[in-house]
Amino acid sequence: MSARDDVLNRVRAALGQPGVGTTAAGAVGATPADVQVPREYRSAGEHSPGSAAVVEQLVDRLVDYKAHVHEVTAAELPDRVAELLVAPEQAVPESEAAGGSVVVPSGLDEAWLGALPSDVVVHRDVPDSPLSALALDEVDAVLTAARVACSETGTIVLDGERDQGRRAISLVPDVHLCVVRTDQVVQTLPEAVRILADHPGRPQTWISGPSATSDIELDRVEGVHGPRTLHVLLLAT
Amino acid sequence: MSTFLGIPGIRRRSGASDGGTPADGGSTAGEGPFGPVPHPDEPLRWGDAFPAAAKQTLANDQLRANLGHATRTIRAKRASVVGEVPDWEALRDTGSAVKEQVMADLPDLLAQLEENVTARGGVVHWARDAAEANRIVADIARAKEADEVVKVKSMATQEIGLNEYLADEGIAAIETDLAELIVQLADDMPSHILVPAIHRNRAEIREIFLQRMGDAPEDLSDVPRELAMAARAHLRRKFLSAKVAVSGANFGVADTGTLAVVESEGNGRMCLTLPETLVTVMGIEKLIPTYTDLEVFLQLLPRSSTGERMNPYTSLWTGVTPGDGPQEFHLVLLDNGRTDVLADEVGRSALHCIRCSACLNVCPVYERVGGHAYGSVYPGPIGAILTPQLTASSGGVSGADDVNASLPYASTLCGACYDVCPVKIDIPSILVDLRAREVDADRGRSGVDPWKAAMKAASWVMSDGGRFGLAGRAATLGHGLGGSDGVISKAPPPASAWTRSRDLPAPPKQTFRQWMAAHERDADHPDANYREADGYDSSHSRAETATNRSRRPGGDEGETTEGRR
Repeated sequence: MSARDDVLNRVRAALGQPGVGTTAAGAVGATPADVQVPREYRSAGEHSPGSAAVVEQLVDRLVDYKAHVHEVTAAELPDRVAELLVAPEQAVPESEAAGGSVVVPSGLDEAWLGALPSDVVVHRDVPDSPLSALALDEVDAVLTAARVACSETGTIVLDGERDQGRRAISLVPDVHLCVVRTDQVVQTLPEAVRILADHPGRPQTWISGPSATSDIELDRVEGVHGPRTLHVLLLAT
Repeated sequence: MSTFLGIPGIRRRSGASDGGTPADGGSTAGEGPFGPVPHPDEPLRWGDAFPAAAKQTLANDQLRANLGHATRTIRAKRASVVGEVPDWEALRDTGSAVKEQVMADLPDLLAQLEENVTARGGVVHWARDAAEANRIVADIARAKEADEVVKVKSMATQEIGLNEYLADEGIAAIETDLAELIVQLADDMPSHILVPAIHRNRAEIREIFLQRMGDAPEDLSDVPRELAMAARAHLRRKFLSAKVAVSGANFGVADTGTLAVVESEGNGRMCLTLPETLVTVMGIEKLIPTYTDLEVFLQLLPRSSTGERMNPYTSLWTGVTPGDGPQEFHLVLLDNGRTDVLADEVGRSALHCIRCSACLNVCPVYERVGGHAYGSVYPGPIGAILTPQLTASSGGVSGADDVNASLPYASTLCGACYDVCPVKIDIPSILVDLRAREVDADRGRSGVDPWKAAMKAASWVMSDGGRFGLAGRAATLGHGLGGSDGVISKAPPPASAWTRSRDLPAPPKQTFRQWMAAHERDADHPDANYREADGYDSSHSRAETATNRSRRPGGDEGETTEGRR
């Protein structure tokens, strides 16, 4: 008998189905009772998506995670992107400086790059000629959009669409600039999950602050293998 | 059952040492360069039985200090972030019911998961036991000509001893989670589900890195940030060049074939994204029925686990996505004793566990003895119910001579584990049930069992008021055995069986019945000095007097209302 059939038969035996043998220990279990699943938890928050209250809560959570938050209008966004990439000492401490190169997904809004000086190297990661992991390791920063954000948990979700790119580009570079439109911000996790459920098969990365570890005496240290600096550009809509 | 507070017998693994000293064999703690570390033959059954192992670990002051500090920190964090969720109890109710539903529908859900993973370009393997799962992973690595695999922290691969198996096959498994790396470099075993190196403090970790990492900076300090940066530098090249990664899974979604891994450092994302081939080993119980069920479990897990509103990174993937991440994906579905647990009507809810480790952090026993005393990669309250059930087919819960049989006694039954469990596993009730079964199984054993004999004698004495009164008076003869603190720590046989593992309060000079009789006589004379009724605390006596005076039980000790019952 194949391992598959064997395991499935053991499961059936454990659940009291006759004629399929026993579990490894020789047991045949009792049939479980029917289960009703209660769903009394909140499926939406009291604040509507994109409202000032949820944006404020998202900012609070992100700052708590030690992410850098920049609230900008569409007109200000290109300049702020350029500032963070080119002259980081003006925006953030020098130790967290983004450098002179940036990788962007192929479907990114080109306007966001409009204010970059010509000496900044922009790598456009296109499906036909993706950058290798080693090449990505040489790039200073990555700029992406996002799919949805959840304010209660301070979570931003990327789902690999053309304005966010494949997972590797937002992982290997040490600085991540992520643009979140305020109308993408929902309050509760169920609201976010139900948006994502439209395309559950897309590879998703849920990001709640920069990488961190609590493995040494449960002391939180921000910045391990993932991007050590996370800039969130909250774009007013 | 009235006997669940006693451990029927202390068992040792055959070949293991006697009591408090480390064995020289390979099966229990040996003195390594970083202190005593266990070297298990089996990841679910190593070292001495819990009572003996706990005695050893309790003697380690450093361990207790490290654990006390860490569990206090995490308890406070968890309480704070759970407290801010208004519908926490509703989420727990849903989480619990969904998991119950998963168990009831497991055959269908497994088939559904397999179908959806396959449809998205993944390959599904089934493993009856650890050996079979290990072979599958090794075969895949060999087929990819990889002599090195990078690993995401995973309890399932700990449970099957994958790293050791791969090493024997000439394949190096590199743990990339910081705590797992610490454990691996120290040639140690994990002592916590979430933070496997929780028993190590920063100074010890610095030593381990300096001696074992190879490329640790010479001036490395013990500041956690510096230690984390040393690990980052050490693992960076491995991530960028690895061909094969091995992971576990926090959740497998049946209706979409989506797998989820929840992590903090980004090592998980590295492993799940950069290599060409990904092998995920998942216990068959890790299923959830629908994608939207994630909205429940991804609220419950991070807050219970690390005490964060959300963990820094969660990765979700479904089969293979062209142009994004590994282009070859294997899912290994693991039984390894789970169906034995499922067959148990009471114990099967242990399979609801989402491995958050909240029960470890609140457990007064775990906090003091640490994870290694449990002799399993699953320590703490959940380990005490899961481990013996998982090993049922090879001894386990009712195996009279199995070291795991004592695990259900590694608890005070205080119930804190149940209160914090995000999926409401009633751990105390399962512990009591497993204890009862253990006692029942022992009943059939041949030979003179002092515990059984004592219980039988106690039953004879306690079933008759007259005999009970006599026994009580006889017991007062033991008053002199107590030290100045009124505690007997070394009683003569057969009571020595009890005092080997715990103290015994010395019996008072007089029994309650004697005191009561004297007191009743005094009560007839209001001037009498109650304090003369010696052997009892005076304030206690007054209170007793007030409540008992109206009831006036019969004067004769053997004929109280209690005794006639």
